[in-house]
Amino acid sequence: MIAPAVPKSWYLPSKPHKFCPGCGHGIVLKALGETIDELDIQDQAIFGCDIGCSLLAWDFFACDSTQTHHGRTTPVMVGIKRSRPELVCIGYMGDGGGYSIGSQHLLNAAVRNEKVTLILVNNTNYGMTGGQMAPTTLPGQKTETSPFGRDPLTTGYPTRGPEFLAAVTPDSAYIARATVSKYKQLKKCLRMALKNQIEGNGFSFVEVLSTCPTNWRTSAGQTWNFLEDEMEKYFPVGEIKNPLGKGDK
Amino acid sequence: MPSIIGKPKKSFMTGNETAAWACLVAGADMMFGYPITPQNEIMHYWTRLAPKYGRGFLQTEDELSAGFTVCGSVQSGKKAFTATAGPGNVLMQEPFGMAEAMRLPMLAIIQQRGGPSSGTVVYSQQEVTLTTFGGNGEGMRIVYSTSGHQEIYDYTIKGFNTAWKHRFPVFILGDGYQAKMREPLEMYDPEDKGIEMVKPYPLIGLEGKIGAGRDPQHLCNIYSLEEELYEVVLKVAAEYEALEDQLIEYDEKNCDDADIIIVSHGVVSRAADDAVKALRAQGIKAGYFRPITLRPYPRKALREAIAKNGVKKLLIAESAYGQLDRLTKQEIFGETVKIENLFMPGVGIIDYDIINKVKSVL
Repeated sequence: MIAPAVPKSWYLPSKPHKFCPGCGHGIVLKALGETIDELDIQDQAIFGCDIGCSLLAWDFFACDSTQTHHGRTTPVMVGIKRSRPELVCIGYMGDGGGYSIGSQHLLNAAVRNEKVTLILVNNTNYGMTGGQMAPTTLPGQKTETSPFGRDPLTTGYPTRGPEFLAAVTPDSAYIARATVSKYKQLKKCLRMALKNQIEGNGFSFVEVLSTCPTNWRTSAGQTWNFLEDEMEKYFPVGEIKNPLGKGDK
Repeated sequence: MPSIIGKPKKSFMTGNETAAWACLVAGADMMFGYPITPQNEIMHYWTRLAPKYGRGFLQTEDELSAGFTVCGSVQSGKKAFTATAGPGNVLMQEPFGMAEAMRLPMLAIIQQRGGPSSGTVVYSQQEVTLTTFGGNGEGMRIVYSTSGHQEIYDYTIKGFNTAWKHRFPVFILGDGYQAKMREPLEMYDPEDKGIEMVKPYPLIGLEGKIGAGRDPQHLCNIYSLEEELYEVVLKVAAEYEALEDQLIEYDEKNCDDADIIIVSHGVVSRAADDAVKALRAQGIKAGYFRPITLRPYPRKALREAIAKNGVKKLLIAESAYGQLDRLTKQEIFGETVKIENLFMPGVGIIDYDIINKVKSVL
């Protein structure tokens, strides 16, 4: 059997990875690994993991990494970047960590145009804790804490993170939404989000729509359909702010 | 490091200004802070001093962020600190817990204000329990309770060294009175007193190429198995306990023949000192014991002070409702000496209060 090529920046002793079958994290982390390789930043990269399923990536890369607390990855990355601007700080979090418990950090890091790259994986629920409603849970979507479907009248509408961050950031910020269903676009967004930090422009943020068949309780086909038909409809995929223009500078 | 103070000099300033200068001469690289009274002027002075000396500052969105940015900064190898009080100290227990768990050499200056909750912005000693044993951990911290400006200066300098030498979070526990009042102190560059400052070093973002000379650093803060965590906590506890003898600091006076020992800490110990002098002048054999480190607590020294003359009573005096009292009792468990207390939560204690209390219980 020929093993598939893996990015050089992957940490092989931690493979195979620990994500559930069908989880989108592996796709995001493969794209990120390839991007780290292509930009040749493995030695300068600091990978910060939030609590939740994103934590399972803590030793995913052969890069220096740190674990923090739920929602607190953003300030830890900010603290490192403010102290050592030559490092490339990558915060990796879920929608609960970024949009709920850590939302004040995300908002204010964006307002201050902190020169960090944050990758937020949106799978519309709290995966690690057993599938509770998240800020991104779709209207009508059933979760453990919205067992009859999310009712926007009592729980609000899903958070559109990139849109709200775009509203508070200056033009030098990079803001995009990608999806694990469009690998090339995902990789381009990650590349831009890292380049924008490396070039010292400003805050860089990519939300990645992802899958959670375990908590969605979906088959492979249903999983993909939910991602492409439901999620991508509510959360439009694409770049919202790109100071780097179409190509790399 | 180039001289900042020049020749040691007498100054007259507030405790908050003192703290900012102490961080500067100690070589602090970064301050992350969020406004809360009564510590604000530490930030005010730092923001004016820092640019002149190439140091950094960030006003964060809240105390959670201030604490966690400090965690990140020290992980990247910078001497970083913060300052807070009251409800801010409550919020910072989350990052302080991370510092405890990951052995991050952070320094925090706590200027206690009244509590519970928003309390007052003025003064208290009600953050003793929180600062010594806050968080969901085991109190693996080093807490210096200062009594005045010279000590704020001295212990802040010392605190950075303690933190970076032993990698436990260090707290300079002051209060609103010390923060806001002015008093004289001697300022100096540490080198002029023969103090060698411990150089900070990075835990991540290391030099060298990964895979060719160095391994990636994966800093862990959460464990899959109970047994893994158990091993880690036991190891940290053992290391902490092994350091206790060299870390503990206390001040003791007139305990050799004392009938009553007044136990107090921080600024209240100044009233206790005056009270002991006055009581002695009146023929009452009073002694004075002051833990300077509240964590680790100088339990052996206090037990010895109690034993010296078979002292009849301890009087625990504090501007809180029994926080030093509980801390002290657990540390001297088994002693049979009678313990009296003078609890004045959120207000100052003067010698007169202590003298009257001593006379009423002897």
